[in-house]
Amino acid sequence: MSLTREDVTYVANLARLEFSEDEVTALADQLGAVLDYAETLSGLDTSKIKATEHVLAVQNVFREDEIKPCLTNEEALANAPESEAGCFKVPRVME
Amino acid sequence: MELSQKTIHQINDLLDKKEVTVTEVTQAVVNRINAVEKATDAYLSLQTETALEAAQALDAELSGRAKKTPLEGIPYGLKDNMCTKGILTTCASKMLYNFNPPYNAEVYDRLSEDGGILLGKTNMDEFAMGSSTENSAYKKTRNPWDLNKVPGGSSGGSAVAVAADTAFYTLGSDTGGSIRQPASFCGVVGMKPTYGLVSRYGLVAFASSLDQIGPFTKDVEDCALVLNAIVGHDAKDSTSLNLKKIDYSQNLKQGVKGLKIGVAKEFFGEGLQPEVRKSLEDAIAIYKTLGASIVDVSFQHLDYALSAYYMISSAEASSNLARYDGIRYGFRAEEYSDLVDLYKKTRSQGFGDEVKRRIMLGTYALSSGYYDAYYKKAMQVRTIIKADFDQVFGGCDVLLTPTAPTTAFGIGEKTSNPLEMYLTDIYTVPVNIAGIPGVSIPCGLDNNGMPIGMQLLGPILSEETLLKTAWAFEHESGLTNLKAPLGTEV
Repeated sequence: MSLTREDVTYVANLARLEFSEDEVTALADQLGAVLDYAETLSGLDTSKIKATEHVLAVQNVFREDEIKPCLTNEEALANAPESEAGCFKVPRVME
Repeated sequence: MELSQKTIHQINDLLDKKEVTVTEVTQAVVNRINAVEKATDAYLSLQTETALEAAQALDAELSGRAKKTPLEGIPYGLKDNMCTKGILTTCASKMLYNFNPPYNAEVYDRLSEDGGILLGKTNMDEFAMGSSTENSAYKKTRNPWDLNKVPGGSSGGSAVAVAADTAFYTLGSDTGGSIRQPASFCGVVGMKPTYGLVSRYGLVAFASSLDQIGPFTKDVEDCALVLNAIVGHDAKDSTSLNLKKIDYSQNLKQGVKGLKIGVAKEFFGEGLQPEVRKSLEDAIAIYKTLGASIVDVSFQHLDYALSAYYMISSAEASSNLARYDGIRYGFRAEEYSDLVDLYKKTRSQGFGDEVKRRIMLGTYALSSGYYDAYYKKAMQVRTIIKADFDQVFGGCDVLLTPTAPTTAFGIGEKTSNPLEMYLTDIYTVPVNIAGIPGVSIPCGLDNNGMPIGMQLLGPILSEETLLKTAWAFEHESGLTNLKAPLGTEV
């Protein structure tokens, strides 16, 4: 199956990515080729097969809710491109 | 033999007998870095001065006591996707060009606790996505056996540092072959342990259900030593296995008499380089002389593994990499109109082409209308592949395969065709899908003098058997601590 330019643009928006016209064309080809290859999967009847999310049968791992040392506000903000008053700073989202 | 060329256990013998100091050992490897690093470009960052200071401090301590662990005083390197507090951790991406982790990866803490001496952070494909280390945003690492060839990937820098004697050992991460394939291309030993055996805490996530940390070493004995240091339960990783500790060195030299080694024709199919096939046949003959029995086994569904792998790994990557948004850490685009535009500009400028391709593939596979056909299907195929391995290991103890279909390819040779690049992982990805352990060891050279890798696979938690099997071959063949034809001055 091939991927249309519209498919690429639609998925790009979902992934919060943007591409030039040339990149969209290239991606449609490249992703189309990988999806064609992945089409082999459809030849396999899996209607009765359970999906394996994790290879080991590890169940939910719980622990006591104990207070332990964690990052300080300064440490948490140390890598932020922009911060103010102890918070991460982002562009205005509401008028 | 120069000090830098020795294995960990050889260095330990010298340190124990007080014939060398940790400072001499560290200085030897720093000298080697100064001589060849500009040709190989294995490291993204180096802290050789800090390493030498640590070595001197340790020597002062060791004058009054014996070494407490086999890795104490041994200089090593870490792949740059493992968090090191105070040391940049970039994942070879522009997105994390300035990222200074506020905490350490569990493996780094363990190695520090053991007295290891960190030399630097090694180059990799951006976010561990790739098979040649050509996707690094910063530099191209070169194969010391032929500087015009790739080292493999994604842990190419880690493989090269060991092969070029610019580290005694390194850690890498393996999501679909990223330890074993570069180990094969560079003529060193590389192991991917059972999923969950080594803590992933502080390993920057690529595909969480497949990622696993493991060692690169110069021989099998060293592999056991490093594994001993990094294996163990970690409450900070909810997928970490809580098991009784094993000493992987203990039964290493037991031999393979009576061991059943499986060979599956599905791993010797089309596209396999003739010299690789020949070398594997020679290895099989060696195992026969050592008293192992060789049995034919077969897989029903191996053809589906690569497709399933790229669907699962890309889907998980698209989700894991959503965190890179330019808000809390890392790169942020300079110009944007609003919040969504900030995300888009940051991500489009910060990620390289291959990472964007995988995010796109994964987002597509998870998107409404395609989820069942691609992602769910791939997870069902995982069940089938796992069952295939269970059935195969019902008939043999260890499976012997090539690590990769070919030896190292040329720099630039496969960059224009992503699918062709993906196909180089065809023998390694089924292992991650099933969560089982695998080790790649050198088993010969091709006609151009490039190393060939043999992959040994076993059921869940069979590391001890794999290492014993690998050691027996290494010992008998003499293919150990191979030296790339890289001069002392390049």
